[in-house]
Amino acid sequence: MSVRHAVLALLSEGPKYGLQLRQEFEARTGEVWPLNVGQVYTTLQRLERDGLVESDEDDDAGPQKGFRITSDGAEELSRWLRTPPDLDMPPRDELVIKVLVAIRMPGVDVHEVIQVHRRYVVEVMQQWTHLKEDEADVDLNFALVVDAELYRLDAVVRWLDTADGRLKRAAADRTQPAPMGAMPRLRRRVGVRR
Amino acid sequence: MSFLELRDVSKVYGSAAAEVHALRNVDLAVDAGSLVAVMGPSGSGKSTLLTIAGSLEDPTSGGVFVGGTPLSSMSRNDKARLRRRTIGYVFQDFNLLPGLTAVENVSLPLELDGLSARKANSVGMAALDELGLADRARHFPDELSGGERQRVAIARAVVGERRLLLADEPSGALDSVNGEAVMRLVLAACRRGVAAVVVTHDAQLASWADRVVFIRDGQTVDQTSRPVGPETLLTHGPMS
Repeated sequence: MSVRHAVLALLSEGPKYGLQLRQEFEARTGEVWPLNVGQVYTTLQRLERDGLVESDEDDDAGPQKGFRITSDGAEELSRWLRTPPDLDMPPRDELVIKVLVAIRMPGVDVHEVIQVHRRYVVEVMQQWTHLKEDEADVDLNFALVVDAELYRLDAVVRWLDTADGRLKRAAADRTQPAPMGAMPRLRRRVGVRR
Repeated sequence: MSFLELRDVSKVYGSAAAEVHALRNVDLAVDAGSLVAVMGPSGSGKSTLLTIAGSLEDPTSGGVFVGGTPLSSMSRNDKARLRRRTIGYVFQDFNLLPGLTAVENVSLPLELDGLSARKANSVGMAALDELGLADRARHFPDELSGGERQRVAIARAVVGERRLLLADEPSGALDSVNGEAVMRLVLAACRRGVAAVVVTHDAQLASWADRVVFIRDGQTVDQTSRPVGPETLLTHGPMS
């Protein structure tokens, strides 16, 4: 996520000070993403350089110096909100690589490797779920962040389950996994980043 | 002490060449007040585990203990009483009786156990009220939404003095918001001292549990260790 656009979003509500921006950013993200104040001021300086925000004339105001969004800033924010994040290219996934390596390694039970990761991910999911156990304590922003994290982790477990089942069926069919030589072709086709 | 305990339980269906080992040497202990999820794919034996734990089926070998008593020492009548009084079941497809209203469904096990109809009804109403369903009590199952039906099924499973709750994919057909509501109810029962086992293939559902046991090909292969405090999740460095 971009701190730059988060700052623009907060300023779209009205002029704010640097410290105030930091506090509001943390509150809006369910306090899951800490931000240091230096990052806020660096971001504000760059936004001002690019003409997306403007500040009070008074250079001596220090931490009380106010910032406002410009019309270019509002336009940039509106464009960013509607720009899909980069989802179409699969990122290099370390877990996938570990499982692919485990299939090939002599003396390694790939199902055991999969289970180690499955257990770890489910343990992390238990921790996130525990945070929302007491419904009364959970604010809406925080609940949305927790849900997003749980769905992301859930997708990892589903992939592990699918891989587990696919490998088991392949072994039962006595079908060998595709030779390593097939990998570059696949990689080119789906455009995996290196 | 564990309220439910399975010791070295195996279950074999069929015989000779057609033998299917549904469970192999399974050990499982569930304390009063704790929620254990048994997580595995279809055909891993998790539903068999649940029916054996609930005395609906006998193991081929091994022992099942509920409240310290071995099920093998119980007569059929004893087991039927145990199922009416002590064990509550929740199934994926709810299993409500279509000809009975919500409150009649909930109070049926109490009536079968000899409680007067009036008394059973008032206990049933209280259970529905606790789950926010008092105004739906006189409705028939086909007049309720999926989420409401599952809450009725949970009310039926925890009504009276139930000590053990056994749930098979309890949020299977529900959307995620209703599924979460179901797990909150199961967890609330545990916090009142009920021992609960939920079997599921769904990691989000399983993550509500105090402990997750993984089952593969009829064997428990692994389990989560006690989750550490949530603070570890919230200590990432400042974002860039």
